[in-house]
Amino acid sequence: MAENDPVVTADEGQRGVSRRNFIKGVIAAGAAVSTTSYLFRGGSILGQPSLPGAVERLVTLNVNGQQRRVDVMKQETLAMTLRYKLGLTGTKLGCDRSECGACTVLIDDVPHYSCSILTHSVRGRKVVTIEGLASPTGQLHPVQQAVVDAQGFQCAFCMPGFVMATVGYLKTNPNPTRPELAHGISGNLCRCQDYNKILDAMMLAAEYTRRSSRA
Amino acid sequence: MPERTLVGQNYTTPDLVAKVTGKAKYAEDYRAEGMLFCKLLLSPMPHARVRRIDSSKALAMKGVVGVLTADDFPPVKPDQSGLKPEQALTNEPVYQGEPILAVAAVDEVTAADAIELIELDLEPLPFAVDPIESLRPEGANARLEGNAYVDRKVATLKWTAEDFREVAAGRLPFGKGADEWKVGDVDAGFKQADVVIDETVVIQSTGHQPLETRTAMAYWQNGKLYLHGSTQSVARTVASVAGWVGVEPSKVVIVSEYTGGGFGSKIPGAHSMAIPALLSKKTGRPVMMRISREEEHFIGRARAGMQARARLGMRKDGRITALDLYIVMDNGPYSAQGDARSSGSIASLAYQPMTMRFRSVAVLTNTPPRTSQRSPGGMQVNAILEPIITKAARKLGLDQVAVRHINAPAGKAPYGPPGQNGKQRYVTSAFVKEALDRGVELFGWDARKGRSGQRRGSKARGIGVAVSPYVGGSIGFDAIMTIRPDGRLYFQSGIGNLGTHSTIDVHRVAAELLGMPWEKCEVIWGDTSKHVPWSCSSAGSQTVHAMTRAAHAGAMDAKRKLQELAAHDLGGKPDDYDVSNERVHRKGNASGGLTFAQAAKRAIELGGKYDGHELPKDINPMTKTSATALAGLGLMGVAKDNYPRDGDTHSYVVGFAEVEVDVETGAYQILDYTAVADCGTVLHPHSLAGQIHGGSVLGMGHAIGQRWTYDQHYGRPLAKRFHHTKPPTILDVPVAMKWDAVNIPDPETPVGARGIGEPPVGAGYGAVLNALVDALGDDAFRRTPVTPDVIVAALDAGKWTHEALTAHV
Repeated sequence: MAENDPVVTADEGQRGVSRRNFIKGVIAAGAAVSTTSYLFRGGSILGQPSLPGAVERLVTLNVNGQQRRVDVMKQETLAMTLRYKLGLTGTKLGCDRSECGACTVLIDDVPHYSCSILTHSVRGRKVVTIEGLASPTGQLHPVQQAVVDAQGFQCAFCMPGFVMATVGYLKTNPNPTRPELAHGISGNLCRCQDYNKILDAMMLAAEYTRRSSRA
Repeated sequence: MPERTLVGQNYTTPDLVAKVTGKAKYAEDYRAEGMLFCKLLLSPMPHARVRRIDSSKALAMKGVVGVLTADDFPPVKPDQSGLKPEQALTNEPVYQGEPILAVAAVDEVTAADAIELIELDLEPLPFAVDPIESLRPEGANARLEGNAYVDRKVATLKWTAEDFREVAAGRLPFGKGADEWKVGDVDAGFKQADVVIDETVVIQSTGHQPLETRTAMAYWQNGKLYLHGSTQSVARTVASVAGWVGVEPSKVVIVSEYTGGGFGSKIPGAHSMAIPALLSKKTGRPVMMRISREEEHFIGRARAGMQARARLGMRKDGRITALDLYIVMDNGPYSAQGDARSSGSIASLAYQPMTMRFRSVAVLTNTPPRTSQRSPGGMQVNAILEPIITKAARKLGLDQVAVRHINAPAGKAPYGPPGQNGKQRYVTSAFVKEALDRGVELFGWDARKGRSGQRRGSKARGIGVAVSPYVGGSIGFDAIMTIRPDGRLYFQSGIGNLGTHSTIDVHRVAAELLGMPWEKCEVIWGDTSKHVPWSCSSAGSQTVHAMTRAAHAGAMDAKRKLQELAAHDLGGKPDDYDVSNERVHRKGNASGGLTFAQAAKRAIELGGKYDGHELPKDINPMTKTSATALAGLGLMGVAKDNYPRDGDTHSYVVGFAEVEVDVETGAYQILDYTAVADCGTVLHPHSLAGQIHGGSVLGMGHAIGQRWTYDQHYGRPLAKRFHHTKPPTILDVPVAMKWDAVNIPDPETPVGARGIGEPPVGAGYGAVLNALVDALGDDAFRRTPVTPDVIVAALDAGKWTHEALTAHV
């Protein structure tokens, strides 16, 4: 990226400062993480007050093990909050209507389509996105490692959703048969459509996950 | 031939960890300071003229920054066809959902609200959504200029009332066509036949539906446009965006590191990219245009549907003696599509009919724009002809594989229309018979034959096989690579990264030729400001063939320069030197000579051709600009692919399927599927598996359920989202599928590798349709997709009930 390039990638804001310290600093300053509200009117750009009868706007979310203070409109979906306010763009939008599963995240260990969940409804619950799977040292989650080893996807726009769906499903059934696993992740669409290799990767993921939980 | 250390091996592509951790950035994942959002106003009518637009109320809204209309676009003139080329915004919408105007605002909700305040006065115009209806004497024309392409020009083409008597009988009339060619005496061919089948069928139109829509973000800096978008070629999107926006190509930078699928719909880029680009220019701020799934249905491109009639004659031994094929193609509202023409060529290649006549006409309709979708024309003709071949073979009591075998192309097989010398063109090579043999073994065809047409209770079994060729590569592109003083080898890649991995894979050919360990190679891709060479679009299965040739040429250039440099410094002749072990050394002394790092340093000192200050004359201007910018960084390999080629490159896939149909409900399951590819040397097995199975499943989707539906009366689409025209899910395909490749090098390319994106599509489609014919008999269907209601109604009536001459139902 050129030096004078005005594009700011989502994780750049944290360069040179650990995410934890950044969040701490923000919380200490009493400000919300989000300073702009790209998609929802009423952000600081327009300076509009919240509407009468609106639910509380400044909320705390537990995302990837961190407490994130964020300014949320009442009609805002979790996918939008993650992508446009918390900088977590790994969660993809393929349809925005519960048709494709690209936006799948875990809420209290259960896979959900974040495009169809209101952010307000996840207060006090534990949200995990694709960015929250690897360890802080960068060690991949067993499901991620299996995808890498099997070169399990192609364009990979659906990949974060499939990975989250698999992580969630394996929590309920750590030792699935191939047809069971196919059922378990059938709420996700892939348009490159090599479901065979996706299943190969996810069966390997089940094996890696079992191995790592025994370790 | 070097030792195969990288080609044919699996490896982890360097983009994979970013993808699996969510760090990979697709177009919608970028942010820019002060970024606006835009929303589109779409035409509510299938064909209309804009009389007046009043944006004043919208512009008065707090937070609204600008409005863009067709009048803000650079003027365009009609092309040779007489039609004005498509632009991202229009004053004459020619399909319901075509964008007319865009609003930019500080947030998306404000932009959407502002759209509601636009006052739009439209004059409705006549429209047509079904090609056959437009060909009726009184039928409406989709465009004011006409309704069909005749001699490459838009003209009015109507069939006679006499012709339409055939339609009433369910047969496509052989009315006036536009394109026609023939090989041999078709009438004589039919005389030799022992069985003749004559069928009229309809193949549906479908959207490409990449999972990532064509969202784009743009900003300007020092008069230069920076566009973050989704494209099937980074290098080639520069010129198209420059044209749409009306600036010089040198003023455009395309950033597209990751593309969420294309399937032909993003070649190169998308017209709609001009909207954020021009809105950003107008407002002076970055603009993000998020495209919704429904908008993607309208502007996201689609496959041309076909209404077709085929007469096929087969001899007792299974040889196809004659084929008479007539295709009416649903062209959509804009430029002439090549699908029908490809159908003719692919039919003649796949089945090598002894005589053939081909006729077609491209009819304009007021439905979303068509463009090539994975195996354009090839997939459709596979679906038209495969069931007919299956029925002919069955009437003659022949084995289905044996019939494909006897008609299969082999060697430099001829195909397509005869040229001016009266001769057909021919392919570089074909090993379809070998692929069929391997498939029979892998699928267990002979053992499964016992289940053909078997009934158990309400369940009927069927097995099918299909042969699917397609174009598999182009030639003449460039490569740039540099060995730098850090001892590493850097490849510049202008190839789009849409998931085929060929962006990276093709460079392994060069690393292997230079004996460079892969760990010491870097591929730079996804950004035209990073000095990329001229390359093909990742479309039409070109890349693996075209860009391994270019990589080979570049590596040979680098190798020659290393040899010459060593001779210059160390004495002797260049041919006394060899490269291996990261060194250039005298033959037989692998530890002597210069390390690559030393050679890179010397190349910079010597300059001239060694480090890119002198360049070959024949490279593309884009390559020249990029190489010039990289000159002085190390020893440069830069070359155009000038390797000879005798014939046109095609690849082939044979597919085998078994289905089980519930004859009470019409529901069916694809129990098993196996595909074998003839795509030359295998470059990257994991990637190849993805292409073979993924392409096959795209074809299966057309067999089992995907389609457009239209309200014919109002010209409005009813299937606009995934759940209206649903791609196959993981539960719609066999839980385990097999594949293999014959892995015989193509003799007409130095690496031996051909492309493979397209051919699997027709194999998956045809194999499933044939298995359904095997399970259900000859008269269950005459249209695709074959949905449970089609099956159950046919079984009830004892004959197909869904007629073949209405599109989009």
